[in-house]
Amino acid sequence: MQIYLPIADVSVNAFLLLGLGGIVGILSGMFGVGGGFLLTPLLFFIGIPPSVAVATGANQIVASSISGVLAHLKRKTVDLRMGTVLLLGGLVGAGVGVTIFNALKKLGQVDLLVTLCYVVFLGIIGGLMAIEGWRALSKTKRGVKPARKKHTAVQRWPLKVRFRTSGLYISIIPPVLVGVSVGILSAVMGVGGGFIMVPAMIYLLGMPTKVVIGTSLFQIIFVAAFTTLLHAVTNHTVDVMLALLLILGGVFGAQLGTRIGTRLKAEQLRLLLASLVLAVCLKLALDLFLPPSEVYVIGSGGG
Amino acid sequence: MRWLLSMLFLLAPLTAARAEQVVLGLSHSNVQITTSFKGSDILVFGAVKREEPIPQGAPLQVVVTVEGPSERLTVYRKDRVAGVWVNTDAVEVDSAPSFYAVSTSGPLEEVISATEDLRHHISVPQAIRSVGATVQDPRAFTEALIRIRREKGLYSRNEGGVLIEEATLFSTSIRLPASLTEGTYKTRIFLTRDRQVLSRIEGTIEVSKVGLERWLFNLSTMQPLWYGLMSLAIAVVAGWGASTVTRLLKNG
Repeated sequence: MQIYLPIADVSVNAFLLLGLGGIVGILSGMFGVGGGFLLTPLLFFIGIPPSVAVATGANQIVASSISGVLAHLKRKTVDLRMGTVLLLGGLVGAGVGVTIFNALKKLGQVDLLVTLCYVVFLGIIGGLMAIEGWRALSKTKRGVKPARKKHTAVQRWPLKVRFRTSGLYISIIPPVLVGVSVGILSAVMGVGGGFIMVPAMIYLLGMPTKVVIGTSLFQIIFVAAFTTLLHAVTNHTVDVMLALLLILGGVFGAQLGTRIGTRLKAEQLRLLLASLVLAVCLKLALDLFLPPSEVYVIGSGGG
Repeated sequence: MRWLLSMLFLLAPLTAARAEQVVLGLSHSNVQITTSFKGSDILVFGAVKREEPIPQGAPLQVVVTVEGPSERLTVYRKDRVAGVWVNTDAVEVDSAPSFYAVSTSGPLEEVISATEDLRHHISVPQAIRSVGATVQDPRAFTEALIRIRREKGLYSRNEGGVLIEEATLFSTSIRLPASLTEGTYKTRIFLTRDRQVLSRIEGTIEVSKVGLERWLFNLSTMQPLWYGLMSLAIAVVAGWGASTVTRLLKNG
């Protein structure tokens, strides 16, 4: 069933969009990532103009994250206090990020920078997670108990706050810093930032994997909502028809994903997410290094 | 006397043009983009009006063009820099139609001369305007633009697509793709003989969004804040709704 999208000005298959939304929703529920890093390139691939894809992707992420967070709230795996701290940092970071983005746009190499950002961050994070996940998995198989968390320098900083759900008593500064830097990156890369947020929470803040996903989703809702509004007001590029189809597929996908996520072990979950992140990274890297089939690209507007 | 001669000289092409005139018809003069829009076929037809018998000699030929609203764009070219493919050169195209179809009654070079093509901007390259390019080979960029758009069905050239009957009636079908830009589509018909344009006529096809498409588009441009909030509200309701539905299903 073909459907004409009013803002994107293209006609696409409605079931294809529902399916895309569903896949991204499952990922979102399983891993606590918004799925933007996957959804946005997929939308490019089916012919949605990039500006519309980025803006509408943000809107879809809001819906699937809400659906996911509600499921996590019921299981009490959302650290609301930590989420709020990260969010406040994130909004500040997003503002800074948009400014950086616009400055780079004037220089004309923003596409390259965004792709390079993706390759570097996805590569580092995916690699780290894969190594960690693999180690943990082989340890549990051999019946060795995971080592106790060691105290890092971060835990000695001032302004300590108790984050009960996470079982942490740490300084408020590192979460704010994490929020700001993820905010900057997510504005520049046009995604919710979950795939950076999740590992940052695990490795930098030492949060338990169980609460990380719900908390990340909670934070993503607001960052994505902020991004959606910003795009709608400044660029008029949110396509509500496209969003609705992606959302319909996505919200049910997210419920399904949360179920799958609870059945898997944390280590397996981490390893799965790592391979996914690495796969997207590889695809983007290949596009950068392999000769393209068409060396010319049409861009809208004047240079 | 000289004055009279020059008058006659001036009148000559005019009377020649009047000898055979073209009349234009369109199967529909407006295309409505609805939610289920799948593209549209427009039948462009017409007749040759004359007050004298059909002139002998070269056969009558017809060229039909349909042109979508023009836009300004930039064509980038990638090149390898330190192993990475980067946009290195860019050419700004001042005006390129979002859609352009040419349909002729025979091979283009037999139907119309290069001079006439240039004068009336008939073939696709003539419809694109690009000035002030600073790269060495600006033509390669416009050629790439045409190639990419041709693959998407946005630019087309259909030689032999116009059928002429009895040197009087003619018709052609133009395919408008599903991914159509809103606006006024200019339709032109040229009547040629001996590769010279005898007569031309223009008509317009209005392509516009209607119903829900129109309403959403207007809201997004006129009331962007409300549009954005509406999009978010839909997202919130859908997210909450899905979680409630699955919970009910699980309990029930």
